[in-house]
Amino acid sequence: MSGPRVVIVDDHALFRAGVRAELEGAVAVVGEAGGVEEAVARVLEVEPDVVLLDVHMPGGGGVEVIRQVALARPPTRFLALSVSDAPEDVIAVVRAGARGYVTKTISGADLAEAIRRVHEGDAVFSPRLAGFVLDAFAGALPDGPVDDALDQLTAREREVLRHIARGYLYKEIASRLGISVKTVEAHVSAVLKKLQLSTRHELSRWAVERRLVE
Amino acid sequence: MGHMTTAGIHGRATRLRRDRSDRVVAGVCAAIARELGIDPVILRVAFIGAAVAGGAGILLYAVAWLLIPSAGTGDEVRARAADPGGARPWRIAAGLGMLVLALLLVSRRVGFLFSDVLVWPVVLAAAGAGLIWYRSASGRPRGTAAGTGGRARQRLIPLTPGRIALGAGLVVGAVTVFLLSLGVVSGVRDTLLWALALTVALALVLTPVLWRLAATLAEERAERIRTQERAEVAAHLHDSVLQTLALMQRQADDPRAVATLARRQERELRAWLWGGPGEEGPARFGAALEAAAAEVEAAHGVPIDVVTVGDRELDTRTAALVAAAREAMVNAAKFAAPGPVSVFAEAADGGLEVFVRDRGPGFDPAAVPAGRYGLRDSVVGRMARHGGTASVHSGPDGTEVELLLPGEAR
Repeated sequence: MSGPRVVIVDDHALFRAGVRAELEGAVAVVGEAGGVEEAVARVLEVEPDVVLLDVHMPGGGGVEVIRQVALARPPTRFLALSVSDAPEDVIAVVRAGARGYVTKTISGADLAEAIRRVHEGDAVFSPRLAGFVLDAFAGALPDGPVDDALDQLTAREREVLRHIARGYLYKEIASRLGISVKTVEAHVSAVLKKLQLSTRHELSRWAVERRLVE
Repeated sequence: MGHMTTAGIHGRATRLRRDRSDRVVAGVCAAIARELGIDPVILRVAFIGAAVAGGAGILLYAVAWLLIPSAGTGDEVRARAADPGGARPWRIAAGLGMLVLALLLVSRRVGFLFSDVLVWPVVLAAAGAGLIWYRSASGRPRGTAAGTGGRARQRLIPLTPGRIALGAGLVVGAVTVFLLSLGVVSGVRDTLLWALALTVALALVLTPVLWRLAATLAEERAERIRTQERAEVAAHLHDSVLQTLALMQRQADDPRAVATLARRQERELRAWLWGGPGEEGPARFGAALEAAAAEVEAAHGVPIDVVTVGDRELDTRTAALVAAAREAMVNAAKFAAPGPVSVFAEAADGGLEVFVRDRGPGFDPAAVPAGRYGLRDSVVGRMARHGGTASVHSGPDGTEVELLLPGEAR
């Protein structure tokens, strides 16, 4: 079996089995875990390329897994998967270090594509996440010192995000904007970095108000 | 000496127990020695020394005797655990009184001179306060066997009116004795001073009682709210999720119907969980757009994903925009089935933009005969009537309807 080596972390065994079946052939699922502790142990044991991570789990959720694994094995990449569309949850897990966020209703093919993208170091934004980001960076600039490089989106980044929110694929966005797919990916990665590092009020507030439904 | 006293009192919270099998008088020295890990003989000698020196050792011993529970037999321990009320408050009161007395005696011995004028009132007051404050301040029993478990609230020693009265009486008496012996108060004309002193004393004594009462009330209230919330959640799940699950079982042979039901339930539950738009306040554009999408989705069985950035109040113009977007969604659902429809709305710079995109086979908007196609009148015409524009882009990858409502130029 080829493709990135993946560990699936979700507290619902049924969901894990479903995802595993859907990803069959596209990626190599090398492990599963049903909880935070188990996930950390399994990831450190089998050293996967990408961890498919449920945002909502008892014991701290996906954020906690990222926190613990990042200390022990920094190169691990995470793709967050959630039923929740609440900005608090999404922003929290992305700020913790996930390189992407998709909802659980995503098709198997799209999920495999998202995993591949995360594995290659790119960022994966669902339309809704793109909407959150646009929302978060739309408000007035934060008080105090402003880091222009982090606290604002460029016009191009905004345009790329709007297309993602409208449901366009990267290659469609590239052809519409007359740029290469690689450039689109670079824009999204830049936005991800801002999302993780900016101290904008909306982002910190969301991160704090994270409501994890177990 | 002082150090040992502290260890004894503190040890009560740990596993300090008087062992009857290893005792000279009551097993106090053996218990403390075991806790500290030293030879009991050293402690015994120390206690005897302290007893000779002004009697403080005897008092300390008595205090420790009262405070350190006996290891006893298994039955005794269980009995004590089952009836924690027992004589405990009295023992605590007596213990506290004696402890204060011992400290005063020791300090007198060391060189601080306290006259009896101070000593006895303070001892009295300490005993009285001990009677009331015990369990009042913490509200959580200590020292009872952990194994009893389960009925934590039941294990609180009830603060009886008798105990409060007696404790308050002791404190008030102490204040009286103190004031009288100091000669500050000498007659009826000092009634005011009297009243003040008594009020302060009573306030000190009764604070924990009131505190505990308030805490109990708050706890009951929180419990009531929790119960209510649980009932509300149960009611909601019953009316929504359970009903839907029942419906889905009955339509299990129709995958499309099941998917539609699941999707509708998901949307509804999501809105409930993550508090979409509340019923209060002015209607919002974003909420209206979501509602329109939900309707179209339910009617046509095609998933519609809505992403909104920013929001506006719902007025005549924005409502018209919602209606136009709804029509575009209906069209997309009809022609794009079964693929998902993406709706993106953004409020920026006073204006509103809505994109409705599907991945259907595409068509030529110009080739659609006039009057036959909903897009022409309900979408393009409606937008034009409200000062907006609508454009349709169609290609092999799908169709996108773009609606633009500029900010009001009044």
